[in-house]
Amino acid sequence: MPVDQSLVGKAFPPTSSHAVTEEHVRAFAAATGAEYAGGGAPATYPIVLAFAAMNAFLEAESIDLFRIVHGEQRFSYERPVVPGDVLTATLTVASLRQIAGNDIIGTTSEITDADGVLVCATSATLVHRGPAQ
Amino acid sequence: MTLPTQTYTITRDDLVRYAAASGDQNPIHQDEQVARGVGLPGVIAHGMYTMALAARAVAEWFPGSEVVSLGCKFTSPVVVPADGGVEVEVAGEAVASGDADGLTTVKLVVTCAGQKVLGMPKAVVRGPHR
Repeated sequence: MPVDQSLVGKAFPPTSSHAVTEEHVRAFAAATGAEYAGGGAPATYPIVLAFAAMNAFLEAESIDLFRIVHGEQRFSYERPVVPGDVLTATLTVASLRQIAGNDIIGTTSEITDADGVLVCATSATLVHRGPAQ
Repeated sequence: MTLPTQTYTITRDDLVRYAAASGDQNPIHQDEQVARGVGLPGVIAHGMYTMALAARAVAEWFPGSEVVSLGCKFTSPVVVPADGGVEVEVAGEAVASGDADGLTTVKLVVTCAGQKVLGMPKAVVRGPHR
């Protein structure tokens, strides 16, 4: 079923806040074979927030995660994420089009710290695949 | 300046660890049947896993630098076999802006079995030069 076109421009409620711990940053880095040596978290760490925001969006719209394939991801950083940060993400549906039975969903998420200051802006293209032929 | 190509191996266990750390429990990254059910050739790595490897290479090439931006398209899936793993190569070309901003653009080429898996991956870093 195609995703509802009226979603374009809609901002979803902010995710619950995520406290960044050294332990979690270490686990995230280790999962990709990297070693966390203190300082800023790996550059792709903000996906933890963006993904939580995407999941909430998919649930709200009754879209199955297993039908989602990632098309594109971009991060623009104001500063590195560091342990001690308390972050939330707010997702907006930026664009929506249908190609060959798939929905191509463009989203942007702003990741802000406990003071509401922007840490990272990220955009994602999600491909919502139709049923297998 | 051409940067030394980095080679990393991805296993199914890595994907399970990454799913837990990132929160992305999409079963197409862990369950062969679900992956094939949506028309994929098998269990595939999270796109963000491959992107994390690109970021890891950048961090290894530019220790102590700060990433200003990072982006790519996910153009081809990285299929991860149940046994052993799959190798991903990250190559890079660095171009310093030469301006006072101290920015360096890193154009990446990320391949698996000789095929590009990310579309136009690029990072911009600020800070200590190589």
